[in-house]
Order: sequence, then C-alpha cells, then structure tokens
Amino acid sequence: MTEPGDDGAAPIAPSSEAAVARGAPLIPRDSISGSALVVVVAIMTFLACLTAGGALLVAQASQAWKTDVLSDLTIQVKPGPDDDVDRVVERVVAIAVRQAGSGAVHAYSADDSKKLLQPWLGDNIDLALLPVPRIVVVRLANDADIAALRTSLAREAPQADLDDHRVWASRISVMAGAIVSLALAIFLLVIVAMATAIGFATRGAVAENREIVEVLHFVGASDRFVANQFHGHFQRLGFQGAAIGGGAAIAFFLAAAGLSRWSANSPGGAELAALFGSFALGPGGYFGLLLVAGVVTLLTGILSRRIVVRHLRALQ
Amino acid sequence: MLHFENVGLRYGMGEEVVSDLNFSIAPQTFQFLTGPSGAGKTTLLRLMLLSLRPTRGTIHIFGRDSATLTKDELTGLRRRIGVVFQDFRLLDHLTTYENVALPLRALGRAESSYRAEVMELLRWVGLGQRMNAIPPVLSGGEKQRAAIARALIVRPELLLADEPTGNVDPGLARRLLRLFVELHRLGTAVVIATHDLQLMDQLGFARRMVVGDGRVDIFEGNPE
Repeated sequence: MTEPGDDGAAPIAPSSEAAVARGAPLIPRDSISGSALVVVVAIMTFLACLTAGGALLVAQASQAWKTDVLSDLTIQVKPGPDDDVDRVVERVVAIAVRQAGSGAVHAYSADDSKKLLQPWLGDNIDLALLPVPRIVVVRLANDADIAALRTSLAREAPQADLDDHRVWASRISVMAGAIVSLALAIFLLVIVAMATAIGFATRGAVAENREIVEVLHFVGASDRFVANQFHGHFQRLGFQGAAIGGGAAIAFFLAAAGLSRWSANSPGGAELAALFGSFALGPGGYFGLLLVAGVVTLLTGILSRRIVVRHLRALQ
Repeated sequence: MLHFENVGLRYGMGEEVVSDLNFSIAPQTFQFLTGPSGAGKTTLLRLMLLSLRPTRGTIHIFGRDSATLTKDELTGLRRRIGVVFQDFRLLDHLTTYENVALPLRALGRAESSYRAEVMELLRWVGLGQRMNAIPPVLSGGEKQRAAIARALIVRPELLLADEPTGNVDPGLARRLLRLFVELHRLGTAVVIATHDLQLMDQLGFARRMVVGDGRVDIFEGNPE
C-alpha cells in the first residue's frame, strides 16, 4: 500500500522506537485549577497539622500539669486562738513523716509564709496579726496512703486541713479536654472545608477536561478507566499540597521548639514553657503530622474519584 | 451489523431532525453518507455511534438493541467501532504516538504489548517521522491521518468517518481514501460522511446514503 505523503507540516526530528515519548498522563498536569488546588490543600494541611499539633501539645502539657499537681499534697494548719502554731506544725510534720518519710515533707516557716504573701501584702506585714495558715507540703510516693494520713491528721491534729489537689487536677483535665475538643472541631472544620474545595476543583477539572472525557469514551474507555485517570491526577496534586503543608507545619513546630529552648531562661519563655511545655512534639507527634498529610493525600484522591464517578454516571 | 428501524430524533420539543430512518449496514461494506450541509449527516453518524439516542424507533447494533444497553455494554460495543471526527479530536498534550495508542491504553494493555503495532500503523499512514510531535504542530493532513490511525488501531468492525477529507487538498484526499479502501478490503464496514462528489465518484462500488429533509435515500453502488 502506498503511504500518504507529507503535506507541508512543520519539520520535526525523526522518531525512533527507543526515543518515542509515551506514558504521559491523560489529564494534563498543568492547569490553573490544579495549581489552585495544590495551594488550597497545602494551606488546609498546614492548618490541620497546626490544630492537631496544638491539641497534642496541650494534652501533653495538661498531663504534665496533672502529674505535677497530684505528685504532692498540701496540709494547711489553721491554729485556733489558744493553739501554739509551731507545736501544731511540728505535730503535723511528724504525722506526715510517719506516713511519707522524712525526705518528702517540707514545712513552710513563718518567714516562708511571709515571702509567699509579700507580692500581695507588701514588705511590712506582721503575720502575728493575721490568721494566716501555715503550710506543709508532702511529696507523695506512688504507694502513699492518703486516706491513712487524712485519718491520722483528723485524730491527732484537727487544726490541719489536707488538700490532695484533686479538685485542681480535675479542673485542669476539664480545661485541657475542652481545648483538645475545640482543636478537634477546628481540625474537622478544616477537613470539611478542604473536602469542599477538592469537590469544586474536581468538578472544575472534569468540566475543563470534558473533551478528553468524551474522546476517552468514544475510543472505548470505561468509566472506571476515566475515573482512574482523574484519581491519579488528583492524588498527585493532593500529595504535592499535603507535602508542602505538612512540611511547613513540621518546620513550624521544629522552629517553635528551638525558639522555646533558646528563650527558656527569659521570663516570657518560662511562662510559655509552663503553659505549653517545650513545644516539643516528640517523634510520635511528628509521625502524627505525617499521618495527617498522608490522610489528606488519600482523601484528595478518594473524594475526587467519587465525584468523577458520580459525574460520569450522570452523563449516561 | 447496524440496523435502523423507524428511527426518529428530535431535540427537545422541536421538529424531528431525522425521521423514519430505515436502513442496514452490512459487514464488509463501503458507503458514503452524503447530502447538503446541515442535512443531518453528523447527527446520523452520532446515532450510529450511539452518542445520541433516538427519540423513537430502534437501533440494533452488533445484534443488540441499543435501548437496552448498559453503560458497560455500550463501552464494549464502542471498542468494536472506529470513529474519525471532523475536528479530529486529538488530545493536544499527547504525542501522535500516544494519541494513536489511546484506544489500546484505554483497554488496559501494557505499552510494551502494542508499541510495535502502533509504530507500524503510524509508518503505514505516513507519520513514522512524526511520532513525537504533538497535534498543535501537525498539519491538517497529518492530524487527519493521526485521527484515522487512532480509529484503525483496534481493527474495528465498523468505521465511521465524518468529513475525513474535508480539511485536506484533493491529492491527499485521494491518498486518504485509499487508506479506507484498504481497510474495507481487510474486512471493516466503512461509513464516510462527505459532500465531496468527486471523492465519491472515485469509488463506484460504494453505496451512497443521501440525507435530505431528515430522511435517507439509498443508492446501491456498482459491483466491483
């Protein structure tokens, strides 16, 4: 058979079998909607990682606060009008040492109490004129019997009032739980917003590539094949966005941890460290951020696939 | 292979653009679909391709009633049909090689299994030196040949071509026509929509289906 001849087309280098280009994606990679989706996914992943990391930091900090607060208890000694406060304190210390050991008990002297009140009452105070309770702090061992200590105090030093800090621990738990719940809600909102953006981008991409979809159908491509093409396309975009957003979030937490360590000795730094710890997420935390980025990538692919499949069904 | 029975089509509540179509296309036949511009040639081709569904009548294709086809069955039938669009419909971001290989890729075949086949066909249609070129740099004739090669690569039982010589000079039109005749001799039923009388006169054996006023008149060709 005679081959048709050339007809004035632009010259191009001859092709050989080895050099022939093949395997290009059927959905073009470079498109405005694709670039916009990468930016949206990157920002949303960053925000999702920030909320997840923040919630993790608060949960870690609250656990540290609770451990700290519950590791010791306070005995307030409120002497009556006729009591010798020092003798009552000695008695309380003796009871506490009997229960918890001598190294674990520290009684605040009158001078210590004065120093504690100094920021509020000023330098020139005479505690003898005020019914200021004396404080004994007991560091607890793991097997400490608080009930026995409470019973002994009630029997031998009724002026003493034991506070095991459980009310504080409970309030810290409630506060931390509220913050974590709020962060979780924000995290879910970010994911929903991202899913919506992916939905819009997918519909835009299908509309933008409608002709490609039509041609694929005419050459005998199944809906599954077409959906696979879009799935791969959006999975790739989702991966790019998630990698950028997740990477930025990891860099943010690493920088915050470094800054926190650097400013640990400054007054502000100490307060921040007291609130949020050292901003150190730890390997588990960073793994969690990578997991968020991975889930975002999968979510992008799965969502876009579902939308494309629904769109193709509607075309029937 | 393809049988139209009392087929009519209207868009919305308008008048029928084609009506009472009754004809068959047998295997290994060659026919021209002709008529004035706007007579409904492209509509008729789209009905044959099942990209339009008739508003009345029945179309049987490869022994199946088109009205009862599921989408997967329709996909299966389309794999037995090659189509050449008037505007080529090549994908601009793919090379000539990738465009021609598209139907095989859509079948899920591995690239290595069809590489030689696609390259041989490209050489056969005279595009052996243009495999890596993308459609925007191809001439009209080259695009036309690439579109034809894409339709032929699956060795279709039925080839539908809409004005396949409409964008090329008469010399190239004759060469392209030889491609279709060769394909017909290899066993494919060919339907070419054209309003080029000179082109039709070159093939006296071909049946002529003349579309006018929404109907089709059929004139059998001379035996070869």
